[in-house]
Amino acid sequence: MKALPNILPIYRRELRSYFNSPVAYVVIIVFLAIVGWFFTSTLFLANVASMATVFEVVPWIFLGFVPAITMRLLAEEKKSGTIELLTTKPIRDVEIVLGKFFAAWTLLAASLAPTLIYLLTIIPLGDIDLGPVFAGYLGLLLMGGVYIGIGLFASGLTENQIVAFITTLLVVLALFLVDKMLIFMPEMFATTLEFLSVDHHFSSIARGVIDSRDILYFASLLGFSLLLATISLERRKW
Amino acid sequence: MAISVRNLTKVYGDQKAIDDISFDVKTAEILGFLGPNGAGKTTTMKILTCYMPPTSGTVEIDGLNIFDHSIEVRRKIGYLPEMNPLYPEMNVLDYLEYSAQLHGMERNTIPKRIKEMVHVCGLEDVRHKDIGELSKGYRQRVGLAQALIHEPEVLILDEPTSGLDPNQIVEIRNLIKQLGRAKTFILSTHILSEVQATCDRVLIINEGKIVADGSPEQLQQEFQGAETVTIEVKSDATNPLEQISPKLRSLASVTSVELLSQKDSAARFQLHMEKGADVREAAFRLAVAEGWVVLELSRKTTSLEEVFHKLTMS
Repeated sequence: MKALPNILPIYRRELRSYFNSPVAYVVIIVFLAIVGWFFTSTLFLANVASMATVFEVVPWIFLGFVPAITMRLLAEEKKSGTIELLTTKPIRDVEIVLGKFFAAWTLLAASLAPTLIYLLTIIPLGDIDLGPVFAGYLGLLLMGGVYIGIGLFASGLTENQIVAFITTLLVVLALFLVDKMLIFMPEMFATTLEFLSVDHHFSSIARGVIDSRDILYFASLLGFSLLLATISLERRKW
Repeated sequence: MAISVRNLTKVYGDQKAIDDISFDVKTAEILGFLGPNGAGKTTTMKILTCYMPPTSGTVEIDGLNIFDHSIEVRRKIGYLPEMNPLYPEMNVLDYLEYSAQLHGMERNTIPKRIKEMVHVCGLEDVRHKDIGELSKGYRQRVGLAQALIHEPEVLILDEPTSGLDPNQIVEIRNLIKQLGRAKTFILSTHILSEVQATCDRVLIINEGKIVADGSPEQLQQEFQGAETVTIEVKSDATNPLEQISPKLRSLASVTSVELLSQKDSAARFQLHMEKGADVREAAFRLAVAEGWVVLELSRKTTSLEEVFHKLTMS
């Protein structure tokens, strides 16, 4: 990939700035504490050795987690003026967006990684079907990726990190909840709305069925949000 | 690396930030942009560095159109934006490395180049510190080092000395002068002495238009108004005020005489002259012939300050 050399420095700087500040650690600890609490309570109270709770709880946590890690990505550079330095370097706007996207995605994956310990602890306890578990993780990564794309776009629209956070939260919440109130809808809307829902596609993957429709849904949503994020950077030229 | 700017216009909403400006910069020239705040200096620089496009007009750097060859052009430019934005959480060496990488420099040449820049910009003592901890002077040097790291042929510096103390200003100026022998510089300022000290050529911009273009000396000459000579003499019973004034007026090429002040027995006159004339010698001989006691005799030429004031206040 020809563009890769330019993405790398941005990716590395962004990742370093996550881990050089308390942000990454706080976010990861809070994330693991919540997931851990749900996981252990089902394990010990309900006596169920299953990863299902993880895949039920994490999508909810992502709703707050992702806006928190994406809000500063572009907004901070716009506020401090460093965006002017960055965009006058011989790199394309899309490379800036991709570098930042992959950094946030890495942080998200790094937060998910410790939950694999739960998997290791329950493998000896029961007969775990690993297929759906890995499909579930793939689904979480895809879902997180889409959220990050949306967060990056929101961050590119404003200089204010709080505004970026709230915008992202509202959009991902809408995408997540859109199929939760289908009973009130006529059937023809219901199928459309169901198709738009992130959770619908995630659940379908997390069942262990990797359907090309679900992959296509996440890929196109991700592509579209990254395109919008790039456009939000190019807006200075209008 | 020559720069040619043609009919550049930038409109924000219904306000023209720059209005149809054209100019050329020759290789290895240090060009100073001078103008009051809001005159269009920063806007012009933002366009030259490909940060934003103009509403109309073209810019060519080394014969390359900055829109068609944006990435190539950006490779040749080192830019220090206004306010010198930096990442406070990065340390100096990491930041310089980051800048070098973004410029696509060869991996193995980067450490040597960083060492060089740290030396040239006087950053040895702070190289391991976070940028957020640095004083304004050091930050400015980091900004300069960042702009110079990839050995650009064109340097565009927006107010490189703003916020520095006089010693630091002199250092930065010397650095610019030293580098200016090989590189094309465009720097903006509203400090006039800076232009006089560093620039080969000055563009004075006001309300989005170029109002003057030339070397600092040329501008002084071109916009020289009537020169004045101030003379202070003792007036007493033998030389009353009423007699001194008409005698001064009668000197060749003096157009008018003005009494500036009168204190105790000393009277100060200002003599206005025809352009290019110098009446100091004649005034001296007159004083000797009349037996006046001369306390002061001085000539005042138009300073760049006055040129600037005249051009931008109308």
